[in-house]
Amino acid sequence: MRTPILFAASILVTGHAFAQETIKIGEINSYKAQPAFLEPYKKGWELAVEEVNAAGGVLGRKLQVISRDDNGSPGDAVRVAEELVSREGVALIAGTFLSNTGLAVTDFAKQKKVFFLAAEPLTDKITWQNGNRYTFRLRPSTYMQSAMLVPEAAKLKKKRWAVVYPNYEYGQSAAATFKAMLKKLQPDVEFLPDQATPLGRIEAGAVVQALSDAKPDAIFNVLFGADLSKFVREGNTRGLFKGREVVSLLTGEPEYLEPLKDEAPVGWIVTGYPYYGIQTDEHKKFFLAYYRKYNEYPKLGSVVGYSTIISIAEGIRKAKSVDTEKLIAAFSGLQFTSPLGKVTYRAIDHQSTMGAYLGKTKLDGPKGVMTDYVYLDGAKFLPSDEEVKKLRPAD
Amino acid sequence: MSFSSIVLQVLTGLASASALFLVGSGLSLIFGVTRIVNFAHGSFYMLGLYGAVALTDVLGSGPLGWWCGVIVAALLVAALGALIETLILRRLYGAPELYQLLATFALVLVIRDAVLRAWGPDDLLGPKAPGMKGAVDILGQAFPSYDVFSIFVGPVVLAALWLLLTRTRWGLLVRAATQDREMAGALGVNQRWLFTSVFALGTFLAALGGALAMPHEPANLNLDLALIGEAFVVVVVGGMGSVGGAFVAAIVVAMVKAFCIAAGEVSLFGAPFPLSKLTLVAEFAVMAVVLVWRPWGLFGKPQGAVRGAVALEQPLRPLPRVWRNVGWAAVVALAFVVLLDGPAPYALVLMIDLLIAVLFAASLHFLMGPSGMHSFGHAAYFGLGAYGAALCFKALGLPMEASLLLAPLLAAAGAFVFGWFCVRLSGVYLAMLTLAFAQIVWSVVFQWDALTGGSNGLVGIWPSAWLAPRPAYYLLVLAFTVAGCGLLVRMLHAPLGLALRASRDSPVRAAAIGIRVPRLQWLAFVIAGTVAGLAGSLFAFAKGTISPETLGVGKSVDGLVMVLLGGVQAVSGPWVGGALFTWLQDTVARQTDYWRALLGIVMLALVLVFPLGVAGGLKRVFIREPA
Repeated sequence: MRTPILFAASILVTGHAFAQETIKIGEINSYKAQPAFLEPYKKGWELAVEEVNAAGGVLGRKLQVISRDDNGSPGDAVRVAEELVSREGVALIAGTFLSNTGLAVTDFAKQKKVFFLAAEPLTDKITWQNGNRYTFRLRPSTYMQSAMLVPEAAKLKKKRWAVVYPNYEYGQSAAATFKAMLKKLQPDVEFLPDQATPLGRIEAGAVVQALSDAKPDAIFNVLFGADLSKFVREGNTRGLFKGREVVSLLTGEPEYLEPLKDEAPVGWIVTGYPYYGIQTDEHKKFFLAYYRKYNEYPKLGSVVGYSTIISIAEGIRKAKSVDTEKLIAAFSGLQFTSPLGKVTYRAIDHQSTMGAYLGKTKLDGPKGVMTDYVYLDGAKFLPSDEEVKKLRPAD
Repeated sequence: MSFSSIVLQVLTGLASASALFLVGSGLSLIFGVTRIVNFAHGSFYMLGLYGAVALTDVLGSGPLGWWCGVIVAALLVAALGALIETLILRRLYGAPELYQLLATFALVLVIRDAVLRAWGPDDLLGPKAPGMKGAVDILGQAFPSYDVFSIFVGPVVLAALWLLLTRTRWGLLVRAATQDREMAGALGVNQRWLFTSVFALGTFLAALGGALAMPHEPANLNLDLALIGEAFVVVVVGGMGSVGGAFVAAIVVAMVKAFCIAAGEVSLFGAPFPLSKLTLVAEFAVMAVVLVWRPWGLFGKPQGAVRGAVALEQPLRPLPRVWRNVGWAAVVALAFVVLLDGPAPYALVLMIDLLIAVLFAASLHFLMGPSGMHSFGHAAYFGLGAYGAALCFKALGLPMEASLLLAPLLAAAGAFVFGWFCVRLSGVYLAMLTLAFAQIVWSVVFQWDALTGGSNGLVGIWPSAWLAPRPAYYLLVLAFTVAGCGLLVRMLHAPLGLALRASRDSPVRAAAIGIRVPRLQWLAFVIAGTVAGLAGSLFAFAKGTISPETLGVGKSVDGLVMVLLGGVQAVSGPWVGGALFTWLQDTVARQTDYWRALLGIVMLALVLVFPLGVAGGLKRVFIREPA
């Protein structure tokens, strides 16, 4: 006679026994504001949820992702975060693409003591200046991605560098990191006046002309998306890249390289994701599953979306619970296998060690691809622990 | 800079000026005749570009295929424009001024989602123009041959438009309607046909501009809003309705940008400042300077009033007692919403956003309705309030309560400065100057990393412990919203409000009876700015974080939409509109992936059903106006 009573009591205490059957994950992103990057991302996490659940779920429960659009606005992001937590009762929050929405949810997580895994936003502040114990981040940060390019840039031994970047935090901090680190490796380097262009509205003709007039030996580029296409086309026509080395952030990612089709630049040193050539087992498995499900190739966003859910499943498994404190403990030092290889969430700053591929661009028929690429482990491109401690507020 | 560099920069500037002119001239024509502030103009540009890319894909990128693709795309979009004018906009010419803006805003949402559906999310880079793929040698440097062609497109289109407007009967009618559309109608001009044809021509020019941009930029989903700002600047700087003015303005804007990009860097307070950063706001800075110097743009004339289109708004009468009691009952009911915190916690979260939107919309309505000053940049004051709160709290380390109350002062200061310039203007020029100031404030906030956190904004702005629980903060927001809205209503019925409405309806007579119109309007500007600042301050502490969108164009447009949706002629309009729009956005976003289109369609339906706004329409039903 005691068992049914206990069962009834447990329903009263936990509130909803049946809702416990799935583990709810709240997901927030700017799907309508940034569709080109977030549609592959969404496909990535949908694939991961399917795989995890097909294998029996986590702790005997299935994963359920409740996804919301934040309209590209931090205010809306915080509202849907509150909705996910208070109405849907999600165990944790994941997602965000833009740095400002990412930071807004980071701070929300701290205030409301909710676990947050920032998937895509790149700003260093999420794990450093504004970092907190509730927030982890998957993608390699702006700092890490810039740092990967600096040794290659130094090897070129070019003296006069021009820097062109979209005029907002990502572009600014990428440019600043690149300049500071290159100056250290190569003290005689000289930087020409910056070209800081409005995001999405570059005056490509004038910018390319101004860069040609400045006669740099090499160019560091941070532009992406439509700005990059305009810049490359204009630069090709005006001969800007002739006889000049270009080092370029993220340009090897299929999201940015493929729209350029046969006009893709040749010989640029880039970071990116050469999905067509990665031969590791974990990548092959992911690649085939993705291609089978969607009949298209994955983009970097797909990898990020997929890895987000895989790492969450792994973290919950390790925590044996969805309790926030236990999740934090489990994620600190959590190791999991992403399509790009083994990745760890560092205990010191909650940044994952996911890396990126570094290589050169070339033309392969009608499209640009990366060649001579190597995988750089993100762990090797982070500042020393002492520096990180200085950057990050104590918990 | 060498001589050859200067020449090449100038030529590059001329080429991009041509592109800008094509878009601007269409917008100018449409506004001149129909008085529609066409937010969807950028969407037509985007459609033109997508259409051209798609057509050249089918027809091939040889000379015939390419040129057919461009022209056919522009013609198809023009046909779509004509269809939209006939089916939707035509029904709204009798509505209060600016109301059509709401419909065009809804179209922006629908068109963007339709494009996403049709062409997918990826950027599409179209083929270069056949025969103009390379570069020509100018003073030893490579200059794209397509840019040479572009330089001539602008003047050719200008000449064609000039001939059309001055040498044809159709042009004569257009000019007549631009000057006095009621008189043109009285003389037997078929207005319907004229409006439709002008709208189609304007749309054609926008789409042609888009299609001809194919060699320069990839078709992408952000073009609509990226373009519309610049297009408005060109039209306003040139003078609304002046095609030649738009041409000159396009050149000025393009040259200023080229200069900023080419000039390198200057030393600002000892730190190097790359002038290229100014391109973020160059066009709006130009517009602010021009409008302060010439209130009707470079070549514009004072706008002729649109006579008889809309019945003059009836004087405001106090509400019947029954309805006032209903209002108080509603406020009491709102206080009881706190009880929902247990069973439906999200209700409070959403209600806080709704109330803040209501307060913001009410402050904008105070300007747009009774004061007759349309503001396209009201978010500046909302954002200044929000940043004021954040800075008092974080930078000055004041207590949260003090920050909340002091923050609106920053908004008031902003309104005080900008208002002084704005009240010297009227109509759309005033609206555009408010937008220019808002954009300037936005760009400063966006770039001043050390103080405002730049594009990332500021975080960690949370209320004190006693206000942190949702019910407490909700009651705080409710109290401030009721007080703020109540204060505005009280002012409307006070001599201040009477004088404001008199100044709006007849500035000359108002001045004749001793009202100092500009000073009064300036005061209204500051009051509205302060209340908006209060809304912003409440917003900052509700979200814990703010970033530059809080004072961006998007937020200003949201405010406009709320006021117009509710009804600009009803005191309760902004309350209904603010709550309705915010609730719709929240609810619709969960229904479908294509929620923007759905939101747009719902708004179009509301616009067609309630041409006086929702509250305006309901007022008509429930409260009889004396004949």
